Amino acid sequence: MRGDEGMTTVALRINGVEHSVAADGRRTLLEVLRDELGLTGAKRGCNQGVCGACTVLLDGRPVRACLSLAAACAGHEITTVEGLTEGNELTPVQQAFVEHGAVQCGFCTPGMVLTATALLKENPKPNVAEVRTALSGNLCRCSGYRKIVDAVVAAGGAR
Amino acid sequence: MHRFTYRRPASLAEAKAMMAAAADGRLLAGGQTLIPILKQRLAQPSDLVDIGRLAVLKGITVDGGRVTIGAVTTHAEVAAAPEIRRAVPALAALAEGIGDAQVRNRGTIGGSIANADPAADWPAAVVALDATIRTDRRDIAADAFFTGLMETALEADEIVTAISFPIPDTAAYLKFPNPASRYAVVGVMVARTTAKIRLAVTGAGPLVFRVPEMERALARSFTPAALDGLAIPAEGLNEDIHASPEYRAHLVGVMARRAVAACGTS
Repeated sequence: MRGDEGMTTVALRINGVEHSVAADGRRTLLEVLRDELGLTGAKRGCNQGVCGACTVLLDGRPVRACLSLAAACAGHEITTVEGLTEGNELTPVQQAFVEHGAVQCGFCTPGMVLTATALLKENPKPNVAEVRTALSGNLCRCSGYRKIVDAVVAAGGAR
Repeated sequence: MHRFTYRRPASLAEAKAMMAAAADGRLLAGGQTLIPILKQRLAQPSDLVDIGRLAVLKGITVDGGRVTIGAVTTHAEVAAAPEIRRAVPALAALAEGIGDAQVRNRGTIGGSIANADPAADWPAAVVALDATIRTDRRDIAADAFFTGLMETALEADEIVTAISFPIPDTAAYLKFPNPASRYAVVGVMVARTTAKIRLAVTGAGPLVFRVPEMERALARSFTPAALDGLAIPAEGLNEDIHASPEYRAHLVGVMARRAVAACGTS
């Protein structure tokens, strides 16, 4: 996207759907998702690249939407938690979060689920240490991580 | 963020033209440091020139005894590259230990070294392996590249195109990471080639530095014990809430011995 002063149009492919968004070059992907497109699954936590609550998948890999300019994401495949399944279905990771009580306030959950989903695609049966390493960029302030890690390990089917 | 104009060039030549035309242009690669800086309003560039997807700046080649990594190759790409894991496993391991998955998927090797954070990991590899930094206009030797706290030999509009590492006989990087950020409180890279031993320290001082006494001792005997009794002075080392200068000086010795041990003694 070439920008001149002020607004530009950014073409973003999100959850398989093309969106054309008018955005000033400074807008982050997180702002566009939440404020323009109503996709509020990605959360604005620290907004400075620490907490991971804004995690989305860019071409299948977890990235922080708050540290990505929307214009820089044009041409990439973006997946948010809303795009993981149709309707009320749950993915195996989401189902495992429910079964293990891995959700307390829920603020970190979309980011955790997306990071875990990417991990399981790369490493289908991660062990506890691998899950903890993979989730190290996602902070939870309620649950103390244990049930989240248990859920991801269970979703992978390893012990 | 202050107002800036976002520009995405289609070629290196266009990137150079955009930087030349900008009142105060900044290059954007992965943005993992630059975007936070802009959000904190610590910089006010007129233009952001996004080189993050220029194909000519991406990729990994191994030949002629060198590993060459394009400037906008991400840490995750380096960590996963089978040819790097074979040629210089220490580079892949270093990349794997940077930040977290989200940072590694966006952050780039060129962005890291151009930013020259005193606690970044890549500077230790660049200096210990005696890498060459290729730019749009020249080659820069590792020892001449880092010039101060977050300062390099790069000119304001100079574009790093690749980092070329000679393949060592053996090398290892060991760091004491900050448990939250994974930045190096102290990190030490040791590399041995037939001609020389180089040891570079990141995180401890305002910029990456070598320790000649340790290099000489390791040239005589490439064993952890060869470093016994060699201490570096605490004076001038970094002081923050994570570690005192004295503790960092101590960690340099510990990490150096562990790095040599990780290389093996054969």
